[in-house]
Amino acid sequence: MRGRRVAGSIDMTRGQGAGGPHGSRESVLVAPGDDLGDSKELEPGHGVIVVDGRLKAVKQGRMMRDGKNVGIQPRRTAYVPRPSDLAIGFVEGMTNNIWFIDIGAPFNAILPLSLGPSKASFGGLRSVLDVGDAILCRIQEVEENHSSVATMKGMGLRKLKTGSVESVDPHLLGRVIGSKGANLSELKEKTDTRIIVADNARVWIDGDVEGVISARAELSAMMMKAKISEYRGDV
Amino acid sequence: MGGYGDVQMIDDKGLRMDGRKPSECRPIEIETGVVPVADGSARVRWGLNDVIAAVYGPMEAHPRKIQRQDRAVLDVRYNMAPFSTTDRIRPGFNRRSREISKVTAEALESVVLLELYPRSKIRVEIEVLCAEAGTRCAGITAASAALAHAGIPMTDLVVSVASGKVNGVVVCDLNKEEDNYGEADLPMGILPNSGELVFLQMDGDLSQEDFKIAWDYNMEAASHIHEIMARALKGGDA
Repeated sequence: MRGRRVAGSIDMTRGQGAGGPHGSRESVLVAPGDDLGDSKELEPGHGVIVVDGRLKAVKQGRMMRDGKNVGIQPRRTAYVPRPSDLAIGFVEGMTNNIWFIDIGAPFNAILPLSLGPSKASFGGLRSVLDVGDAILCRIQEVEENHSSVATMKGMGLRKLKTGSVESVDPHLLGRVIGSKGANLSELKEKTDTRIIVADNARVWIDGDVEGVISARAELSAMMMKAKISEYRGDV
Repeated sequence: MGGYGDVQMIDDKGLRMDGRKPSECRPIEIETGVVPVADGSARVRWGLNDVIAAVYGPMEAHPRKIQRQDRAVLDVRYNMAPFSTTDRIRPGFNRRSREISKVTAEALESVVLLELYPRSKIRVEIEVLCAEAGTRCAGITAASAALAHAGIPMTDLVVSVASGKVNGVVVCDLNKEEDNYGEADLPMGILPNSGELVFLQMDGDLSQEDFKIAWDYNMEAASHIHEIMARALKGGDA
């Protein structure tokens, strides 16, 4: 069990992660307002809008072209939940049949009783998940007004009873994971810990105390290095 | 508005006190990522002005009564540090900083795609560390660079620059003496890619001809500043 990824499909090196589209051939840095080409030939992707038949960048970052699709992989971004994201949340409050979960987004997610742990019953939510508890959940849906619904029905989704949760900057998630998960598996092996990197830029580390401490130290050193190089402008 | 006719600020060769030509800007430097804990930040050094802008959010808007169901609210705070000028500035909001915060928010609202973040708030803090003249322009410019740096979606950057009139001559980017003793001042907020205007104020009087010249100076300066800003945002390699 140790070192295995729980709940699957969090490999952000493939497909789309919280950082936007990945995996393309060309890449150019763009700033908001930059003209990216004709909308007849190209399709707008993440961070791109069409104005008067021209593609226009609305975010700062790296322009990624994949076939006809032009998207921008933002260099920095806040976490915005998307359906099917794996998230580590904290219980912030509850009513008789709903938990409110802090998922690190601008708004709390709700976890209805029907999507929570099966042993919970109406009015008895607090005995299952109390305020401050950490949970591993998945984003079920995101409404247009940004309120989102979380679910704990699914493989590996559970209350996190042990270990510690660290927050990292969403745009640095890629560095934590590394190319094809290289950095992450190196960190796991080196510190002999179980680590889950969630899409909402929270990292769960579990193992014996020394391992957790050294993994946390490694992680914060990684973040500090990234921030310093960013500040110096050599990112 | 008569100005101060006895203060000579343009010499016989048509040059200004600091040796600039009427159409010339003060030197500008823009740097991003100067506040590591913020979601986005930028520093603008423009002549002797030194302005830092930091952006936080989008986050849940508090108190709830300021929330808008269809869009985010921009919470802009322009502030001058007490040590930023020779006269100490009393800390906290005053009439001038409140006005500048409001016009800055309105200028930025027209480019930021606020409708993507309903019920949220985006906090923009502008701090003037050293003031020479044109801090509102430097503030708007810094704020738009910081918003772009924070990854907030926006249709264009905003570049703000002021032109004015001194001793009957239209000049670009007024310095302190020209601002204090000049006849007029025309700050503009320009979208450099489309040439649209999102912010315009005028202090003093300009004739129609002078207004046109000041307009052209501002437009030209804006594209120059936009280049610097784009270089700051794209600089380096991620």
